[in-house]
Amino acid sequence: MADLGTSGQPQRPGSAFRVALMLPGSVVTLGLILFALGLLAILAFRFNDGSLFGAGFTLGNFRILASEPLYGLVILRSLTIAGLVTAATVVTAYPVAYYLSFHARSRALILFLVTLPFWTSYLLRVFAWKIVLAYNGVLNSGLIAAGIWSEPSTALLNTPAAVVLTLAHAYAPFAILPILVSLDAIPRSLAEAAADLGATPFTVFRRVILPNSMPGVLAGAVVVFVPTVGDYVTPALVGGPSSTMIGSLIQAQFGKAQDWPFGAALALVVMLVILAVILLVRRADHRFGSRL
Amino acid sequence: MSPAAAPAPSAPGRPRWLGVYLVAYLVFLYLPIVLIPLFSFNDSVQAAFPLKGFTLDWYRGLAGNAALKAALMTSLGIGVCAAFLATLCGMTIAYAELTLRSRLSRLIAGLARMPILIPGVVVGISLLIAVNLVGLGPSRLAIVLGHVLVALPTTVIIIRGSLAAVPRSLPEAAQDLGASDAIVFRRVMLPLALPAAVSAFMLAFLTSFDEFIVAFFLAGTQPTLPLYIWSQLRFPKSLPTVMALGTAILVSSILIAGAAELLRRRGLRRLPL
Repeated sequence: MADLGTSGQPQRPGSAFRVALMLPGSVVTLGLILFALGLLAILAFRFNDGSLFGAGFTLGNFRILASEPLYGLVILRSLTIAGLVTAATVVTAYPVAYYLSFHARSRALILFLVTLPFWTSYLLRVFAWKIVLAYNGVLNSGLIAAGIWSEPSTALLNTPAAVVLTLAHAYAPFAILPILVSLDAIPRSLAEAAADLGATPFTVFRRVILPNSMPGVLAGAVVVFVPTVGDYVTPALVGGPSSTMIGSLIQAQFGKAQDWPFGAALALVVMLVILAVILLVRRADHRFGSRL
Repeated sequence: MSPAAAPAPSAPGRPRWLGVYLVAYLVFLYLPIVLIPLFSFNDSVQAAFPLKGFTLDWYRGLAGNAALKAALMTSLGIGVCAAFLATLCGMTIAYAELTLRSRLSRLIAGLARMPILIPGVVVGISLLIAVNLVGLGPSRLAIVLGHVLVALPTTVIIIRGSLAAVPRSLPEAAQDLGASDAIVFRRVMLPLALPAAVSAFMLAFLTSFDEFIVAFFLAGTQPTLPLYIWSQLRFPKSLPTVMALGTAILVSSILIAGAAELLRRRGLRRLPL
């Protein structure tokens, strides 16, 4: 990438300009992101005494988290659902990215079509699945009208499967871009060399293309996993009580349950889970990175 | 969904099934979304087949709805403010990262991308705690702050891409001719990055306009449009009205996103590469 300002530019631009350049970013990142996350981390270790910021210092919130099996179950369920959504999203996105990188003629148009849903309302996309899967919804009524089913099924809505399907649809475009970027970065000569040495197209894909595109696959997995693991809208709209996720619990602590410190502790657990996933991905990334 | 996405004729090494797969993928992507406009014209409270007949009643119902109009105004105001601030921050952060190259500017550029790695629910409650402690409380300003954070990675990445594509010789030439750093920014780099900045502004506006997860925690007494929709989802009777409203929102989102994409591309084309 052609970065600016190395050789020709003086190292110290005018100080007033420099301050003006640094100010908005500093305020927003240091004063807003770090400040708010810091408060969250502190609140997780406080008692709930009904005041805004709790009181004292305690590990009680985490003790409850560890001792009540419900929380372990919900965290495990969130991980499972987010893991399934991530796997489904990445696996279905890969061929699209592959097509775009290697075969597409109207690449810009297809890329635009694929990413367009990302810019439409997330709430409406989830709502669309509610009307598809409802008892008297689109799928049931459509299959009955077509004579395939005789009576509507209740097994569609309010299931964990509905949550996985809806989230996989809602975050589908997220994974395509990172995979496409990594596929585009693979020198075409690599595939040609492998083919010249007698590799079949499938072997070229398996031994050359796929390993070299893994950084993009992993990046795509992270950007899908993060928003899905903390989601509470989809479980609320299409999931039913058997699909409560950790995000739903956090939302409840800041709503009906009115226990902010406990909600903060739950949120901290989510952030730690995400951190662990990112570290794992980093390690996998290094493994694949060394192949290039 | 689109005829333009039809598979190209099988050239050697162009597996046909990939094209078929792409079409199937686009159908999966768009089919549920297309149902919303479809049933918004259906003369029935139920969203079910067979269709009952064409009506514009649900759209007429939108026109006289005062609560909806208030929510729309709130969302527009929040969207414009959040998009402006996110674009301003995106521009300065990206420019500082590329030109100053100090440790602080790199740290800030890294932090600015961090909201990608934080689920919306965590952004929402963290900001809720912060605005309550500062004394601001849940309010429209609180939602603006939340949406600036959510949109920041997008604006930084788009504007950085455009700034980094400017050949280094341009700012160098301006400097050789005696321009100060501020002038180089204002007269050379800013005009070249302007299409990307406008594109970033539009996408940040869309992000804010459609955002629900963060706004849910930060809203005071005035709901945004997505929060209004959420409150209506409880009533089965208002389902068609929600679909009419949803159709209007989808159409405007698609138009804005399309315009942003065209601008971004034109900006890259205009560069003397």
